[in-house]
Formats: sequence, C-alpha cells, structure tokens
Amino acid sequence: MAFNSWAEFWAMGTHGIYVWSCYGLTFTVIALLVLHTRQQRQRFFRAQIQQLKREQQQHES
Amino acid sequence: MSFIKRWWQLFEQTVSPKYFYRISERFIPWLTLLATLLISIATVWGLAFAPADYLQGNSYRIIFIHVPAASLAMSAYFLLAICGVISLVWKVKTAEMVARAVAPIGALFCFLALVTGGIWGKPTWGTYWVWDARLTSMLVLLFLYMGVIALYNAYESSATGAKAAAILAVVGIVNLPIIKYSVVWWNTLHQGATFTLTQKPKMPTEMWLPLLLMLLGFYCLFGLLTILRTRNVILERERRSQWVRELVKAEAAKRGANRGL
Repeated sequence: MAFNSWAEFWAMGTHGIYVWSCYGLTFTVIALLVLHTRQQRQRFFRAQIQQLKREQQQHES
Repeated sequence: MSFIKRWWQLFEQTVSPKYFYRISERFIPWLTLLATLLISIATVWGLAFAPADYLQGNSYRIIFIHVPAASLAMSAYFLLAICGVISLVWKVKTAEMVARAVAPIGALFCFLALVTGGIWGKPTWGTYWVWDARLTSMLVLLFLYMGVIALYNAYESSATGAKAAAILAVVGIVNLPIIKYSVVWWNTLHQGATFTLTQKPKMPTEMWLPLLLMLLGFYCLFGLLTILRTRNVILERERRSQWVRELVKAEAAKRGANRGL
C-alpha cells in the first residue's frame, strides 16, 4: 500500500482532483461505449423482428 | 490458373462477413474476461499499491490510463489505415466494416489521451495545454478520426463514403510517425517513450508492471469492442441476406420463448 489511510488515498497528496477526474472520465467513456455497442445490437434485432412480423402478416392476408 | 482461382475463392470465403461473424463469436467471452481482469487489477495496483513518484507525487498515477489510451489511439488508427488499403485495393467488404467499427473507438481513446494528458499537465507543467509537437500532432489525429467518421456519413451511398473515408485514413497515416518521434525531433515539454522494445523501462518494476497490465487490458477491451461493433455493422449491412434472416428468426423464437415463461 502506498497510503496509510482512506483519507490519504482519496486526497492523493494534493492531486486528488486530477487523478480522480481522469479515472472517472475514462471509465465513464468506456462504460458508455460498451452500452452503446450493446444497444446497437438490441435495436437491430428489435427492428428486424418487427419487420419479420409485418412480412408474416402480409403473407397471411 | 484454376488452382489460383480456387485459392482466391477460399480466401474470399474466409474473409467474408458471414465467416467473420461466426468465427469472432468464440473470442468474445475470453476477451471480456481478460479485459475485465487486467483492467481491474491494473487500476487497483496503479492507484493504491504502486509507490508515489519522487518528483510528481501522486499525479503520475494518471500515466496508467494516459499511456494506454494514447497507444491505443495510434494502434487503432494504424488498423484503420490497413483496413483502408485492403478495402481500396482488394475490395474486401469485411475490412471496410472493421474500419467503420474501429473509427469511433479510436476517436474516443484519442480524446481520452488528450484530456487525461491535459489534466496531468496542470499539476506537472502548470498548464492544461501547450502548442507543442506531441500535443498538436495528437490533436491532428483526433481531427483525422473525426474526418473519417464524417466521411462515412457524408455520402448518400455508403460505398462512396467508405471509399472517401478509406482514402483519408490511408493518407493520414503520415501523422503516426510524426506523433511517435515528435518527442525526439522537437524540443518539447512531453517526456519520451515509457516503453521501448530494446531497453528496460527506466521506472521501477512496481510502476511499469501495472502500466503494462493496463496496456494489455486496454488492447483486449479494444479487440472486444472492435469485434462487437463489427458484428453490428455486419448485421446491419447483410440484413437482407439469408443467413441474417435466419439469425433474426432464431432470435425472435428465443425472445418469444422468454416472454412465454
């Protein structure tokens, strides 16, 4: 451990704001990227399944 | 000649979007596991256990994300340019799709490298930004990424857009050696490379080992995101083909079954 207490860990000397903002931003961007990628796939299947149902209905009528 | 033709057909088959879609599925769980493990270990190690720098104190801990992000931004651009060449010369569809998937990932990591660098610069150099060679060439890389992404969406026919984007990506590759050697060629505030292939790092092991783990973790994450996003592009572009329609039917059956439970 490079720190003696949690308070020291959060403070990062006097550089807490710089270190934590960097890590916060990076992990936020990564999370958004992963989420967007999953959403892309979900949206594709939702749209295509609807399309499929529409085609089946047309076929029946 | 028929021999060459058969080989070419075999080659075309292995680089087809359908094949890529099928084969890439196997890598997803492994890359997810590796990326999660490596990034979590490196983050905890780098933030809490690595010793403070004797000169910079704790602000140097930004290195554990700044260097991997910057390295990834450059590697992703290299991949983008390679895919550009392949799609321009051999008209391989999959290469174009990979490029389309990689561009936004690379752009975001380039953005992260610039912002974390700026934040790190404040306590270390006393300023968020200077117009020096390394920082400026990295900003140019971000603009190149944005140009490539814009070109993809600038034309009504996606084929024309992809061609224009590929050309820009290939031309823009001259920027990569400029970024790499900017710290050598010009007087700059920015420090030299942390890792080189030929020399032992100048930092102690407790510092460079977590950095190396984070670097590997970021590359695994990049591989994972590239595969997932390329698969999305493939689905979208091949949605009228028989095999994607089968996939959609299977997915519809699965969802219908889940709803029935």
